[in-house]
Formats: sequence, structure tokens, C-alpha cells
Amino acid sequence: MADFAIEARGLTRKFGSVLAVDHVSLDIERAHIYGFLGPNGSGKSTTIRMFCGLLRPTSGTVRVLGHEIPRESEALRTKIGYMTQKFSLWDDLTVLENLRFMAQAFTLEKHRSKQRIDAVMEEFHLRELSGRLAGAMSGGQRQRLALAAATLHEPEMLFLDEPTSAVDPQSRRDFWESLFALASRGTTILVSTHYMDEAERCHRLAILSQGRVVAEGAPEQLMDDLPLQVIEVQAKEIDRARQELHGVPRVKSLAQLGLRLHVLVERGTEDAAGLVREQLTKANIDAKVEATRANLEDVFVAATLREPDDEVKKSAA
Amino acid sequence: MNAIVALFARIKAVAFKELLQLRRDRLTGGMIVGIPLIQILIFGYGINMDVRHIRAGVADAANTSMSRSLVSQLEATQVVHFTHRATNVVELRRMLNAGEISAGLYIPADFERRALGHDRPLAQLLIDGSEPGVEGALRALAMIPLRERPADTAQPQRPLEILTEYNPERRTAVQIVPALIGVILFMTMVIFTAISLVRERERGNLELLITTPVRSVELMVGKLAPYVLVGLIQTTLILVMGTWLFDVPINGHIWQLYVGASLFIGATLAMGLVISTFAQTQFQAMQLGFFTMLPSILLSGFLFPFDGMPRTAQWIAQVLPLTHFNTVVRGVVLRGAQLGDLTPALLKLTAFLVVAVTIAASRFRKRLG
Repeated sequence: MADFAIEARGLTRKFGSVLAVDHVSLDIERAHIYGFLGPNGSGKSTTIRMFCGLLRPTSGTVRVLGHEIPRESEALRTKIGYMTQKFSLWDDLTVLENLRFMAQAFTLEKHRSKQRIDAVMEEFHLRELSGRLAGAMSGGQRQRLALAAATLHEPEMLFLDEPTSAVDPQSRRDFWESLFALASRGTTILVSTHYMDEAERCHRLAILSQGRVVAEGAPEQLMDDLPLQVIEVQAKEIDRARQELHGVPRVKSLAQLGLRLHVLVERGTEDAAGLVREQLTKANIDAKVEATRANLEDVFVAATLREPDDEVKKSAA
Repeated sequence: MNAIVALFARIKAVAFKELLQLRRDRLTGGMIVGIPLIQILIFGYGINMDVRHIRAGVADAANTSMSRSLVSQLEATQVVHFTHRATNVVELRRMLNAGEISAGLYIPADFERRALGHDRPLAQLLIDGSEPGVEGALRALAMIPLRERPADTAQPQRPLEILTEYNPERRTAVQIVPALIGVILFMTMVIFTAISLVRERERGNLELLITTPVRSVELMVGKLAPYVLVGLIQTTLILVMGTWLFDVPINGHIWQLYVGASLFIGATLAMGLVISTFAQTQFQAMQLGFFTMLPSILLSGFLFPFDGMPRTAQWIAQVLPLTHFNTVVRGVVLRGAQLGDLTPALLKLTAFLVVAVTIAASRFRKRLG
């Protein structure tokens, strides 16, 4: 039997009549970095909170590190680290005071506490900031502190809820270096994000939309398995090209990237590039059209595409 | 590590963190000492009120138609309302001491003989000098002309002899200062705790805390413990200031006062806790705190005598812990009462504490689920 860090089956959570998480089933391998990619309100945070035992599922089951959640969530507490979306350590405490408090909250023994605080201060470059109030630090520094606090008790699993939303690009790079280092030492990491480049760094990935897992797999595999062909259009009159291609049969979606346009065409369409080129020539638009490899954004767009159709169906019913 | 040791270690961690934050927050720290100092100076000056329906007891040793007529004449003034009957002065004093009555009329056995002469007062009025307003109203009452003693003499004399108990010099500060302990504790305990808990939720700290092994009970106890200390410091401060500046006598046992104060601190902390479960923001917590503070100050008998209030207001006052703490604190500090004499007030405080903790605990848990 494969030993997964997380096994979720049909996990569902309703808030009143709103379905926040809709039958999520997935397995997360140990020592992997697993990504949740999705827009705000897609159910990323709610799912993570159910995994941590902070929210009771309306239905469905989940085992985290072998513990039945939420029944055994107390036993899970010391084995997981959680980094909230918003900085949630104490602004009016210093770096050292915050770390000391967290060590006490996890009841680390004195000796181990001292040793671990030393270790994380070293690892996350906090030593020279040790006397600084958390409230007076930059976004990147706070994030380092938050990760240090979350890993202080050497958890087997880390939950990171949009950890890089208030951080500059350089800090984001450093942060991911730290995550890879942790994973290589055996920590399982679940990270939610709405950045494509971050999602691409994950070992495996689930795309969430309106509470459902709409695509799941390794990023490479997701890009290869895309059930659509991607045609890239380069044109000066990009806006007009976009208008012309809108609503054309077999064209599922259009995504603009600067002066380029990614046109997603149904797989199985013969000579998809020809179809696009024909449309543009008809409209007298001078454009360079060629088939290209799907990127994660295309995967994301394709995966979240089905939703509007459902909306239509629902309102028609 | 043993589970109990771990539990106390976590409570200690939360309490220590709270103290650290309190120490760092200069303004709040200043308020802990500043509020009592300023209030005691402001309220050191008194307010007197016109009072009606003061609860009174009567010990009628004469028990003649003439003495009963005196009682009904006094009752007719509406200043006093004779709710209690006693057989002798000792019993009257006990009622006064326990706060059951604020005045006691003692009619001596030789009442009729006194009425014939002109040199001796007819009867004695025992007054509780620890409550503001009451004492002045009763003093005026003693001056009323009575049928038994027509004002035909050249030198009108008081028909009743007055004996002001517990505050013979009739100083308002003596009445106000002890009660100020309750008011100040109420302000700091309710508002500071409500805010300190709501702040953790508002800033997102709570979301992190509930993923740690710290349980909600540990968090509650750990966060409240430092404020018990703060409350006891404030109590001491007011007592010291009251004695130095206003010569407030401490007639009862000081440890009994601290017992009462601890109970009251518990009740107000629980109230702060309840508020914190309703308020979403620190501003709301502040508003709710003030909302409960105003009736407490107005209706608890701190400034206005309890007996002078309309019936509905008295009912509301019964629910407020400050009302009962005022009874306790005036009893112990001014009347030298024993805790045993004050059992009803202490029981009501305990009941409030139990109810508030129950509400807070059930709501607090829901919040986390």
C-alpha cells in the first residue's frame, strides 16, 4: 500500500447553501511539494483548513499522516506546520520573542527549543534581525520569520496558504529554494498559489475552480495532456484579431500575452493553425500564426473553461 | 513530558506573551495606572442627591399607638420605606451592616415619656453613611415636625436624634472612593480583555494559534491571568490613594476585600470574554464595553443611591456585577462587615461568573470549529 501524506476522498464543505469545496479527492505523496492552483474563492484555503482539522468537512474523509481528520486532529497538531495567508505572528513581539513563544506553544524542551531556534535563525537569515519587532520588518523578512516559526518543531508536513502574496520576486525565489531544501529533507509541503510560475515548480499540482479539482497531475504532464491545441498569433492589430476570433466554432478560448494571443482550439481539429489563419486573412489582418506548446496558463484556462457552460445550464434549468 | 505539565507550560507561555505585549504597549500600560489615579482625583469630590424610598428597618421598643403613629408619619414622607422589623438595636445594626437596610429607626421603650418632655429626642435614627445621597436625605428627615412634638417651643429641637454610622464626618469621598475600585476594575477588566482577545482574531494570530497544540481553554486562561494581576494592582493602588489622600478608613479585613475583588475580577473578565466572542473588531469590542459600562456606573449605586431608582432600573442593576461588588466593598471597607454578612451579594457575583463563563466557553469553542 502506498504511503501517502494525505489521502482525501470526496471531501466536501458547505457554508450555508454555498458549496465551498465540492467532492475533492486526491493523494499527496510524502516529501513532495504539492501545489493548489486556483483563483480566489476556488476553495484552496477551505480545503487546507479541513486538512489541518480546523474545519469540519460536511462530508467525505481525509487521512493526514495516517490520522483520521478531524477526529484525530489533536494528535496531528505537533506533526504539521501551518503558514497562514496573512502574517499571523505578533507584530509587537521581536523575532526572538515570537520564535520563543511558538517553541513554548509546541512545548519543545528547553534544550531542544534553544537548538531549534538557533537552527531556524541560521537557515532563514534571521540572526541579525533577532531583536527587531515583527511589525517593523519587510514583507520578505516577515515571510522568512513565518516559515521559521512553522518549521521550528520540525513538522513532517507543511501547509502554506498563499505564502508569497506579499513578497518581492527575489524573496520569492529564496523562499522556493528553502521549500526545496525542506522537501529534500523529507518534509511534505502543500502550497496554494495563484502564480503560474510557482505552480510550475511543484512536483504535482491540482487546479481548483469553484471548489472542484478540475485538473490534477505533474505540471509537465498537465501541459502535455491538454485536450486542446494551442495556436499562437502575433499581430499588430491584436485587439481586432481577438475580436475576429471570438465566437468562431471550435475556438474555445483566447488569452492575450502582450502582443501575442493564445488561441485554444479543440483537439482533433484538422489544421487548427490553418483555421485561425483563414479567419484572420478574411478580416484582412496581417498576422504570424503557428502551433505552439501549451504552458501552464493554457492548462489553467482550459481547466477552468467548463465553468461558464455549467452556469448557463444551471440558469436554463 | 506529562500532559498536565505541558498544559501549564502552554498557559504560562500565553500569559508570558501577554505580559510582554502589555509591557511593550506603553499607552495601555499607562492606562492601567493612569485611569485609577485620575478617576480617584475626579471622583474624590462628591455628588449628593435627593432620595426617596430608602429601605429602612424599625425597632419599636415602645410599641404604642403613639410610636406606631411616628412610624407611619415618617413613612408618609416617602423618604424611608420600612421594609424590615427588628426587636432591638443590635438586630437593627446587623441589618445595616449586611446592607439590607440603609436606615434604622429605634424607638425606645420610654418613647411616650420623652414625648411629654422637651429636652430629649423622641427616638434614634441610625444611618448608613457609606452610601452617597442616602445619608443626607435621612438627615433632613430627622428635622420634620411631628405631631407628638408640636413646634410651640421657643427653641425647636430635633425630634429625632441622629447617629450616622460608618462615616460620622459625612465625607463624600469616603462613600465614593471604595466604590471606585469596582468602577475602575470594571473599565479595565471588561475593555482590556475584550480588546486583547479580539485583537488576536483581527490580526489573524488566532488562526495560527489554533493550529498549534494550544487548546482554547489554555488560551483563555493564559490570556486572562495577567489581567487578574493587573486588577489586584489597581485595587491596591486605589486603596492606598484613598487612605493617603482622602483618609478613607478601612474598617473590615483587607484580605476579605481582596477575596471579594478577586471574585469581581473573575466576573468582569468573563464579561470581557463574552464581549470578545461577539465583537469582530477592536472598535466593536470597545463599543460593547462602553455599552455595558454606562448602566453599570449609573445603576450600581456608585453615584446614585440604589433605593432612589425606579423599579425597572433596580431589576437591571441586579444583573450587573458592579452593583453587588459595591455592596461588598462598602460593606467591608466602611462598615467593617464580614464576608458572612455579605453572602447574598457574593452569591450573586458567583452566579454571574458561572453564567458568563458558560456563555463565553460555548461561544468561544464554536468560533474555532
